Amino acid sequence: MMNKAIFAIKSLFLIELWKGLAVTGRHLFQRKITVQYPEEKTPMSFRFRGLHALRRYPNGEERCIACKLCEAVCPALAIKIDSEAREDGSRRTTRYDIDLTKCIFCGFCEEACPVDAIVETREFEYFGESQGDLYYTKDMLLANGDRMEKSIASDRKQDAAYR
Amino acid sequence: MATIEINGQKIEAEAGSMLIRAADAAGIYIPRFCYHDKLSIAANCRMCLVEVENAPKPLPACATPITDGMKVETQSEQARAAQKSTMEFLLINHPLDCPICDQGGECELQDLAVGYGKDISRFSEGKRVVFDKNIGSLISTDMTRCIQCTRCVRFGQEIAGIMELGMVNRGEHSEIMTFMGQAVCSEVSGNVIDLCPVGALTSKPFRFKARSWEMQNHDGVAVHDTVGSNTIVQTLRGEVLRVLPRNNEAINEEWLSDRDRFSYTANNSEQRLTTPMLKINGEWKETDWQTALDNVSSKLKKIVDEYGADSVGTLASPTSTLEEFSLLAKLMRGLGSQNMDYRLRQQDFRADGMMSAPLLGDSIASLEQAKAVLLIGSNIRKEQPLLATRLRKAAGNGGSISAINSTKFDFAFPLQANIAVSPSLLLATLARLAVIVAQKKQASINETVAELAETCDASKELEELAESLIEAGSDGQIIVGSMAQMDANYSLLVALAKIIGDITEVKTGRLEEGNAVAAWQASFLPFSVEDKSKTGKNTAEMLSPALKACLLFNIEPSLDCIAGKLAVDALRETGVVIHIGSYRNEEIEELAHIMLPLATATESDGTHVNCVGNNQSWKAAIHPKGDARPGWKIIRVLANYLDLEGFDYTTSESIRDEISRLTKASGSSDLSAPVQIEENMLACISHLSLYRVDPVTRHSQPLQQTLDNPPAAAGMHPDTLASMKIEDGNSIELVNGDGKIDISVYASASIPLNCVLLPTAMQETAALGNANWLEVKSSA
Repeated sequence: MMNKAIFAIKSLFLIELWKGLAVTGRHLFQRKITVQYPEEKTPMSFRFRGLHALRRYPNGEERCIACKLCEAVCPALAIKIDSEAREDGSRRTTRYDIDLTKCIFCGFCEEACPVDAIVETREFEYFGESQGDLYYTKDMLLANGDRMEKSIASDRKQDAAYR
Repeated sequence: MATIEINGQKIEAEAGSMLIRAADAAGIYIPRFCYHDKLSIAANCRMCLVEVENAPKPLPACATPITDGMKVETQSEQARAAQKSTMEFLLINHPLDCPICDQGGECELQDLAVGYGKDISRFSEGKRVVFDKNIGSLISTDMTRCIQCTRCVRFGQEIAGIMELGMVNRGEHSEIMTFMGQAVCSEVSGNVIDLCPVGALTSKPFRFKARSWEMQNHDGVAVHDTVGSNTIVQTLRGEVLRVLPRNNEAINEEWLSDRDRFSYTANNSEQRLTTPMLKINGEWKETDWQTALDNVSSKLKKIVDEYGADSVGTLASPTSTLEEFSLLAKLMRGLGSQNMDYRLRQQDFRADGMMSAPLLGDSIASLEQAKAVLLIGSNIRKEQPLLATRLRKAAGNGGSISAINSTKFDFAFPLQANIAVSPSLLLATLARLAVIVAQKKQASINETVAELAETCDASKELEELAESLIEAGSDGQIIVGSMAQMDANYSLLVALAKIIGDITEVKTGRLEEGNAVAAWQASFLPFSVEDKSKTGKNTAEMLSPALKACLLFNIEPSLDCIAGKLAVDALRETGVVIHIGSYRNEEIEELAHIMLPLATATESDGTHVNCVGNNQSWKAAIHPKGDARPGWKIIRVLANYLDLEGFDYTTSESIRDEISRLTKASGSSDLSAPVQIEENMLACISHLSLYRVDPVTRHSQPLQQTLDNPPAAAGMHPDTLASMKIEDGNSIELVNGDGKIDISVYASASIPLNCVLLPTAMQETAALGNANWLEVKSSA
């Protein structure tokens, strides 16, 4: 009997509806959390694993020594390396390809690299119009490195404390 | 026998043998660097320290003899502590450059550092640096990585027989180097790469090409000598990147000759023939297989119709596979021709009907136990490198080894007699030996032999040699080698060897190049193997007079035929020359009318038959370059185009299984009249360099850069040079008939008087042709 009376009052005065509207009203005046991408961007960890890059030493010499550990550790078999002795006798790659359509961005290549040559950068806004566009060759990866060296270096520096 | 206990496990082992051996046999691993079961014990790495009951300190397992009741702990606290500290000391001076080290991934130090090393180094002082040495085109050095195990030094001393690498200085300053910056030029030097437990000695052609874990392994067999060494062919993405030995105690043990190890580099030669080519109006045009084979078959058919099948012949490289020999023979017989030969460097074919297959006569391993060995016309170290290592062991076991050659070669083992006589006296010397042996055994001797022996006096050397042969009896071995095969009196040399062998009961063997035994097994011969009757033309007969059509199977005529000039002249007159080969050069382009690209040994299935008759097959490791095809497929399809019956093979195995095994027929010892060397002329000793034997080795860049492949020069005895008033290093003109060459001359006392030692299979000397004697014109 009592329950029926409460139900009748709630139905008559639309209590539930007002409760719902109260939530809406509260949020209407709260600070907004929607990020207006691409004008706005979320903050990013220095360990973010985005597009790959091959780094160079400050004197311009490429870091990669063709040890092929990244190729061996890659779970998606996305990396392909050919190596030979360069004219000066040092061990260098003649090919360093990453197929980004295979890559799962696990970061193992970065972990395996003994000279911090292959790194994953903060860049994630890249695209390809065909599958071949996402097949990154050594030149493209080195260009990435040259372009982003500043942020790469500062990211490694921040992470160093935790290693 | 003694009973010992290792880690609580009771083991029966021979008393006095080393602990590490018993542990290995029982499957208990003891870490080691310097110990190797084929080398002597050095005990200088100290990695194999183990705890032995009642011993005050840990003992090295590799140098501790077993005594009855010994109790050993390999993993006890004391043993582990000893091993760990040894590891720490070894790593003090070892650089941490594993990522750029070719040994990385297959490095014994790396593996053991994981098991026995500390995770961090306590050593913060400077590491020592040792400068790299340039020791030739085959081995690259990173001497800072060396841990002074001395395996390479002991290999040189004990197995190869020439000590080229040695350790100089003491303590921290000790380093491995060659004598006065020389290159390593042993024919088995590549084995130190496998022996080196770290990355100090690595393969130069393989340098930085790939990592050990990413390559695929394929079983292979080496075809360049008659040993048939077992190999592992390592490939990556369709390229052969490295060849390693595969253990086979009966054949190559765990060694491999440099020729077999590095000849894979010829796969990517710039002169590789990769598409079928047709010569149209003197211009080479690329074509497809169908057109090319159509062309070959129509040309062959036309010649057979016009001039008869006997005007067609084929010359094949002795390194061809059993399948190729078999199908080539079947193809020629199908056409109705019996003209086929692989003996391109032989000039004396008088014994064709009498000779038996080029077999050793005993197992390869039993050579080690031989009491007496006589080498006739053989520089065995360079001809069959791995048989020479067996002979070295025989010498070490007390066997007396002798050589009768036309040059005093530098053997890697002590010789009882190293007799070098002019080719004209070679027969007489052997005949004299036969007479001496017959006298000692009171056996009767052929009159012809006695007559031949007249020009050579008995000497103490020959007497002693005869005695040791008689004493050895069936434990002895006579080997007639490849140098003898190039001699003008080869048939007589073989016959005399057989006579000496028969009288002394010593086994007589004859060794040829490459896969020669397979040619016999496949009946790729101009005579019948069963009844020895002559059926077709041999190499010499095919070249003069010239045939109407000739099929060249993987040969370069002027370099592969002893009568190089004759061969080129004959082929110029041949109406149709079909070149099936892996390489092209100017000469082939001039002579041939059609070129068909052939796969190399690593690109094709095949079977090798070695000097003891072992049939060993292998599968192709990679796809052939370009449009090249395996030889058996080319010949099979060509036979289909020629409408021949019975060529419906689909696998190389079906060809192999069709061939019956070789019956070991014994050769007879009939003697024909010897070819005399003309007076007033110099006798020519043809010498074949180790790395000029076949097209593959000739196109292998690293092998061509070794010291075993020096620039062409003629060698003469200093006295001969003095009598002719020629100075060492001068250029002279050598004349043989209408062939003449200019060549520089060097003096060597190991060459007999009035002889010229001339390298064959070289572009520079090819113009002389079939030279047994030479005239020297004044210096240019």
